[in-house]
Order: sequence, then C-alpha cells, then structure tokens
Amino acid sequence: MSLVEVKGVSKRFGGLTAVSGVDLTVNAGEIHCLIGPNGAGKSTLFKLIVGLYPPTEGSILFDTVDITAERPYARVQRGMSIKMQAPSVFKELPVRQNIQTALQERLSGSERSAEEDRLLTLLNLAADCDKLAGALSHGQQQWLEIGMALALKPQLLLLDEPTAGMSPEETFRTGELIRSFNSEGMTVLVVEHDMAFVRQVAQRVTVLHLGRIFARGTLDSILQDEKVAEIYLGKTHAH
Amino acid sequence: MFKLLEGPQTLGRGKMFWSCFLVVLAGALAYPLFADSYDVGNFAYFLIWIFMALGLCLMWGYGGMLSFGQTLFFGIAGYGYGVLAINMGGGTATIAALALSVVLAMIAAGILGYFMIWGGINGIFFGIVTLSATLVLAFFLGQTAGPEWHIGPARLNGFNGMKGMDPLTVGDFYIEGSALYYVMVALIVIVYLALRMLVNSGIGNVIVATRENPQRAEMLGYDVRKYQLLTFVIGSGLAGLSGALYTSWGQFITPSSIGLPAAAMPIVWVAFSGRSDLTATLVGSFLLLFGFQTITVYSQQAALVLMGALLLATVMLAPQGFVLGIGKLAADWWRGRRWPSDVVAEAGRLQPEDS
Repeated sequence: MSLVEVKGVSKRFGGLTAVSGVDLTVNAGEIHCLIGPNGAGKSTLFKLIVGLYPPTEGSILFDTVDITAERPYARVQRGMSIKMQAPSVFKELPVRQNIQTALQERLSGSERSAEEDRLLTLLNLAADCDKLAGALSHGQQQWLEIGMALALKPQLLLLDEPTAGMSPEETFRTGELIRSFNSEGMTVLVVEHDMAFVRQVAQRVTVLHLGRIFARGTLDSILQDEKVAEIYLGKTHAH
Repeated sequence: MFKLLEGPQTLGRGKMFWSCFLVVLAGALAYPLFADSYDVGNFAYFLIWIFMALGLCLMWGYGGMLSFGQTLFFGIAGYGYGVLAINMGGGTATIAALALSVVLAMIAAGILGYFMIWGGINGIFFGIVTLSATLVLAFFLGQTAGPEWHIGPARLNGFNGMKGMDPLTVGDFYIEGSALYYVMVALIVIVYLALRMLVNSGIGNVIVATRENPQRAEMLGYDVRKYQLLTFVIGSGLAGLSGALYTSWGQFITPSSIGLPAAAMPIVWVAFSGRSDLTATLVGSFLLLFGFQTITVYSQQAALVLMGALLLATVMLAPQGFVLGIGKLAADWWRGRRWPSDVVAEAGRLQPEDS
C-alpha cells in the first residue's frame, strides 16, 4: 500500500525547472532511497513533499489524502517528519530543550523525561545535553536533528543526506538505526550520495537526473544500468 | 505549575534568587511608609511603564519580533480608557473601563498582527510596519482638535490632549497616591510571575524555538503563526495596560505619548536592560525610567540625548544588554559555588548572542 504518491509534480523557479513531471510512490513500511548527481532535484522534491515549496504542477497524496495545498505543520501533524540537508536545529537553545520542544506535543511529565533520556542516549548526546546545540559538532547536530525528527514518532521519516559530515562508523550506525526504526514499521525516504550507506539501508532506489525520474528498482539493478553510471560520471546530459 | 517559575528561559533560580526577590518586594511594599507622597506618586508613575517594557521583552527578546508599536497600543488603550471612563460615568465603572481598554488594545493587536504575520512580514519589516501604524495613529489623533471629534461626551482634543476622565475608583475611593502604588506593585508581581511561567512552559518553548528557527519549529508540527500572534497580542496588551494606567494616573493623554520619541523609548529600555530576560528588563527599565525622570527635572533634552547615547553604547559595548551583562558577571561569580551541571546550563543561557 502506498503511503506517499507524487503525481506529475513539477517545480519551476523562474526559468529554471528543478523538478519536472515526477511520479513517485513510496510504499508503507519500506526504506526508499533517492539518489542522483548534484542538482538532480532531490532536495527540491523533498521540500515539495513536506510542503516547504508549493508545486508548480501536480499533486501529492499522503495516506490517500491530497495534501498539495497543506502547510508544512499540517503535513507533520499527519505523520511526516524531516531532517533537512543542512543541520536545522535551535542553535541557541540547549540540546535537551531541542528534543523537548519536539516531544512536548506527544508526551508530558515523566513519560516525556524518560523519552528525552532515551533519545539522548540513543543519539550519543546524553553527555552534551546541557550544551547549546550550536556548540555541537556538525555530525552531532545531524544526530540531534534526526533525534528531533524521530521524537515525533512519524509514519514517514524523510532524511536529506543524514550522514553528511559523519565518520564511516557513525554512518554505519546511522544506517543500523534507520533499519531498526523501519523494522518497527516506520517508512523512510532517504536522499543520500554515499553508496555504501544506500546499499546498507535501501529496499528500493529511485534515480533523479535533471529533475526527472531516470531509473528505479533495487540498488543492484540500478548499478548495473550503464546510463546511471554515466550520469554519475557526468557523461550524459539528458535522458 | 509553580515549577514553571524557573526554567531555561529565565535568569535566576534557587533559594538565593527568590530570597532576593522577596527582599526587594518587601522593600517595595515598605517604601510608602517612609517616603513622602510625592515620591510615592513618582514611583507609581515609573512602574506604569514597566508593563510596556515587559511586553516588548516578550515579543522581541523571546519571540524575535521587534515591534515599534508599543505606544500604538499604549495610545489605543489610553484613549480607550478615557473614552470609556467618561462615557460610563466614572466611579467604579473605571475598573471596567481599564479592563475593556486593555481588551481593545489586544483586539487591535490581533487584527494588525494577523495581517502582518499571515502576510509573512517579519524581521526589520515587522518594525517598519508597526512604526508606521504608530505614526498614523499619532498623526490622526493630532488633528482631532475640532469639536466634531468626540465619542459621546469624550472629546479627543487633538494635541491639547483628552482630559476629564476619572482616575481608577472603587465606590467613592480614588485609587491614587499610595493606593495606586500598591496596585502597581501587585500588578507587576502578577505580570512578571505570569510571564516567567509562560516563557518556561511548552508555549514558551515554541515561542523561543520560532525565534531561533521558524522553519524547524514548523517542521515539528507547530503553526508558528499562531504562536507569533499570541506573543504579539500579549506583548501589545501589556503596552495597553500601561496606556490605560497612564491615563487613569494623570487623567490626561495626548498624541505625543504615542509619537516617534515615545515609540523609541521602550526599545531603549529593553535593549539597555537585556531583551532576552524578563528580570533584566524589569530591573533595567525601572532604573532607566528613574534616571530619565530625575534628569528631565533639569533638562528634558539632556535626558533624551542620554537615552540615545545609552542605546548607542548598548549596541557598541553590550549588545545583549547592560543589566543582563551584569547579571552574567554575578552568575560567573556565583558559578563556582554550584553543581557543574548547573554551571554548564547557566553558561549556555548567558552565551553572548554574537558569539
């Protein structure tokens, strides 16, 4: 059953077409990876799904409901959660307060405190919970933002380059975390460049190129496609 | 509920802070017993403006919305009190006039805030629009000198000012002098504690989160526009409370209490004090008002020049505010005597904004 359906979505910024006629289905319970070279339109598509950009054309359905005209907060209330490409946390607030702000609508009292502690421990941030978020390293800020996204307990978790700035060990651990959440029923849509990470987590892969769907399937089938290899090497300019 | 009096959004916690709070409060309550009635009346006058400063602190320091409109809502409620008190016949009805005029200011703030916030106006443009609205009201009221400008028996009177309203009255008892002073102290304690609880609550978390990163706050499922509007209405309502109390205190209000020099004053008080903390704003605004009034006795121009110089000095030397900076120094001194986790949290709370 599909959780997200993107139907014929385009996004133009003046004369630039960032996303063009994209159809994409994300099934409930899967880990779906979006890959493609820089400028392919991956992050723009993410922002369209979550409502940060209105589409120029097309529609977006979440759990069979048309959410095209809804504001981001309403989509989040329906069960979406996103980690942005650049760390987007409350830098002048302590780490714990960042998590608390994400949790407070769902839990209160001792339940919330316990969940804060669980998430901070899970994300290796317990020792830094009183620091300002802006004082964390880039990788730690990525973790914190993932934690804030997870705190909402979403049906659909969107992760835009979640491992940027992380060491190989941290990247692997992030992959294992995502798999564990997925095994509990969470649907995950990931934009990522790191192929080892994609191999670790992806059940289905969609390749975007120049704002259009270029290929889709399993990672192995995608990697055997010579045209995909060519666009990553910059030899193909159009599909 | 009372645990919200302390939290990450407010400076000051623990027995030491609350002991100091009680000592200051006791001193304030005892003051009329050994001061002459003129000084008590002057102190009541200083306290009137504190609500406006606290409201701006909430909007600007906590909510990130620099409003130049505090005197707009001060004027709406001030004139509102006059019109209502005169039309309702004075007496105990002045209490209702006070409440209704504050509600009137909040409704006006709700309407203006709705169009600004839903229209996506933020940052410096928020200040420009609120200042424009303030100047429009001041200009409008300035040209109401003719007899045709009246609401019932209440004449607006242009730059000559509106007069003839009763002060706050209960039965036959005028709330003036020491009585007014005690009402002010009680209201300030209530407002100060209520604001501490607000900013340390879940709503306060969202208000501060919206200031820090509105997009992330929305991506946590919050309709940040509603929180911004709430902040604007409360902050402007407090300016309205100042306005209504001012009119009842002097039984007089003119457009000059709304215009540009008056509109700039709350910005100076709050910037000098430390906009990101309620206590710093409370203390700093009182000190500035006291100093301003003292100098005004000798030269109003000198007092205004000093205010400008203080604003410049704040921007150049202590962008986080002088009173907050002194609070930081005191916290540094106190830090070594507390648990390390508290020290780290306090250090985070007091981080200079430009670091």
